[in-house]
Amino acid sequence: MTIVQIDKENWESSIKKLFGAYRLFGPVKEADFHNFKQLEAGQLPDLSCLNTRLSPKSIIYPQTEVMFKYTLDENEEDHHILKEVDKDYSPQAVMGIRPCDAKAFELVRLNFDSPDYKDPYWLNAYTATTLVGLACESPCKTCFCTTAGCGPYHEEALDVLLIDHGDQYWAKVLSDKGDAFVTAAGWTDAVDEQPAIKEIETKKKTAEDKISAFVKTDNLRQVDTNELYNAKFWEEVSFSCINCGTCTYVCPTCWCFDIQDENRGSQGCRIRNWDSCMYPLFTLHGSGHNPRGTKLHRVRQRFMHKLKYYVDKYDAGIQCVGCGRCVRLCPVNIDIRRVCGYMNGHVASAEACEV
Amino acid sequence: MLGYIDKIKEVSKRLLEEGQVEMVIGFRKGTLSMMNEPHFARTPAEVQNFVWDSNCGINLCNYLTNRTEKIGILAKGCDSRNIVTHIIENKIKRDQIVIIGVPCKGMIDRRKMSSLFEGEIDDVIEDEHNITVKGAGFEKILNKKDVLQQNCAVCIHRNPVIYDERVADLVDEQTDIDRYADVREIEALSAQEKAAYFEKLLEPCIRCYACRNACPLCYCPTCFTDESRPQWVGKGQDTTDVSTFHFLRAYHCAGRCTDCGACERSCPVGINMRVFTKKLEKDCLELFGWEAGLDPDVRPPLDTYKPGDPDDFIK
Ligand code: SF4
Ligand code: SF4
Ligand code: SF4
Ligand code: SF4
Repeated sequence: MTIVQIDKENWESSIKKLFGAYRLFGPVKEADFHNFKQLEAGQLPDLSCLNTRLSPKSIIYPQTEVMFKYTLDENEEDHHILKEVDKDYSPQAVMGIRPCDAKAFELVRLNFDSPDYKDPYWLNAYTATTLVGLACESPCKTCFCTTAGCGPYHEEALDVLLIDHGDQYWAKVLSDKGDAFVTAAGWTDAVDEQPAIKEIETKKKTAEDKISAFVKTDNLRQVDTNELYNAKFWEEVSFSCINCGTCTYVCPTCWCFDIQDENRGSQGCRIRNWDSCMYPLFTLHGSGHNPRGTKLHRVRQRFMHKLKYYVDKYDAGIQCVGCGRCVRLCPVNIDIRRVCGYMNGHVASAEACEV
Repeated sequence: MLGYIDKIKEVSKRLLEEGQVEMVIGFRKGTLSMMNEPHFARTPAEVQNFVWDSNCGINLCNYLTNRTEKIGILAKGCDSRNIVTHIIENKIKRDQIVIIGVPCKGMIDRRKMSSLFEGEIDDVIEDEHNITVKGAGFEKILNKKDVLQQNCAVCIHRNPVIYDERVADLVDEQTDIDRYADVREIEALSAQEKAAYFEKLLEPCIRCYACRNACPLCYCPTCFTDESRPQWVGKGQDTTDVSTFHFLRAYHCAGRCTDCGACERSCPVGINMRVFTKKLEKDCLELFGWEAGLDPDVRPPLDTYKPGDPDDFIK
């Protein structure tokens, strides 16, 4: 794959060219922090951002998304019939996405694009998207990507990887989509590949060495599910949790949603909203029974799903890319790294003996 | 405040040893700087994990709700006032709890701290008045007074109002505090300006409900936002629905909110939704001379009628 160089002084003009071809998204600073926003013509993605407060998942999977429209007005011929709504699936590109957040789309894809089910909304948006990543030179203290299946230079889910190279960016083209993007931007100045690859390897190593947080996941598959489920540590782990939706909403790999019909007068739409396994309502039955009736149930579910059920079901690692957002933003400091340690290190027999 | 911990451990240990309580609720050291985690001890040995410093801003009263054990609980001024409110509202019986009073000097605003520095903060070391902040390429000493949570900066009830044990001498209460400068600014806006202000304020809200769930007042078995029959509020990101959630929640806290700041502290996107509860707090004070949670034996104004109650707002 080619690597092209872009002088930073030409950066702005080349981004301008892209607006014709793509709806562009990038990190934008508003008030105290960055989030991914659709860029207005001429606006530059702020690549100085450490990482965005919220993950970019909403670009492909909005928090609230209209699926159908309908009318309840019986004078209209098509009353009570769900109709597709028009959507814009023209090409879009996410600039400055971190490798971990890009990898998260691969994880989520296992759910939205499975042999049994294809989620058209997610898939259409995903197919329309080009992911132009930015390698991390200074990972946060809460990042643990290297032990969560990716890393600061991880290329797996990206179409282009941008690397900050002094007064240049290097763009490593990783897919056909990436090729089209680079062409649209007019980035044609290829670098001499072999030395560049070598240098990128070195930079990658340097960045990886800066990661200071780790999780151990080697034992998760072996631990018996029921024993883990019944482990004693869940009371301690869940005590402080307030069952808000923060950890799941900020997480790039959480995918759950709820479906609602909303009417105004005789017109209505069917929408889907993000939902969270941390909410009591998530599992409440029509009968009033709630199989996950306590916060311990719900906290356990979040961690069991990410670190055990997912691991067992897909054999593709944990359902977490180590972005650290839930760690940074949990209001009471519940830390998935600590919990993963408990789970991975769980010795069932030790607890069994105590009884 | 840093010297409190020995006494906190001593009292907690004694209460557990003597069997006066089955658990003590306090804080353990967090995994991030400026974060401590609400935590419990069931045995005297577990008390060792407790910590106390200026990062204990979560309201522990929230952890009493619906528990059945006999509980020892650490209580700052605001926590103690929410405990009083719990008692008034029959959420807990006075004799189910042993209140360990912690005279407070204010909690650090971790969002403000982070916004002061470009890079990440690695370490925060505090002494009685100052905090030393260390990060990649910087080290700075700040006056603690300048980085307090806003609610702490204007707090006039730092001492617990009710307690069975106390871990230190009472602290001086702040006087000559203008508690409502921010509310007055909003009051002065026109209706349209207010609407625009609130819309902008709530624009980043992701409806995670951390503000609601961190609040000890929000203990309803089913919150109106979660009701589905009838459904009072839409669940999506529509601005009307988002603001309805916030406005109604604030009204449900009228005459009950202690301005503990747990809601604001918990918000992942830095929204100061306290402006709503503070306005209602100010109204309660001006109309009824009422401050929430000061006395378990006085009924709050919104569940009593007095002939002299102001009524000129009824048009
Ligand atoms: S773990 Fe933290 S962020 Fe997640 S629901 Fe519990 S309190 Fe909220
Ligand atoms: S679980 Fe936490 S660290 Fe892992 S991907 Fe989600 S938000 Fe990031
Ligand atoms: S509304 Fe906020 S400030 Fe008031 S009691 Fe609840 S958490 Fe504390
Ligand atoms: S904590 Fe913040 S983001 Fe979450 S619901 Fe409250 S105001 Fe909205």
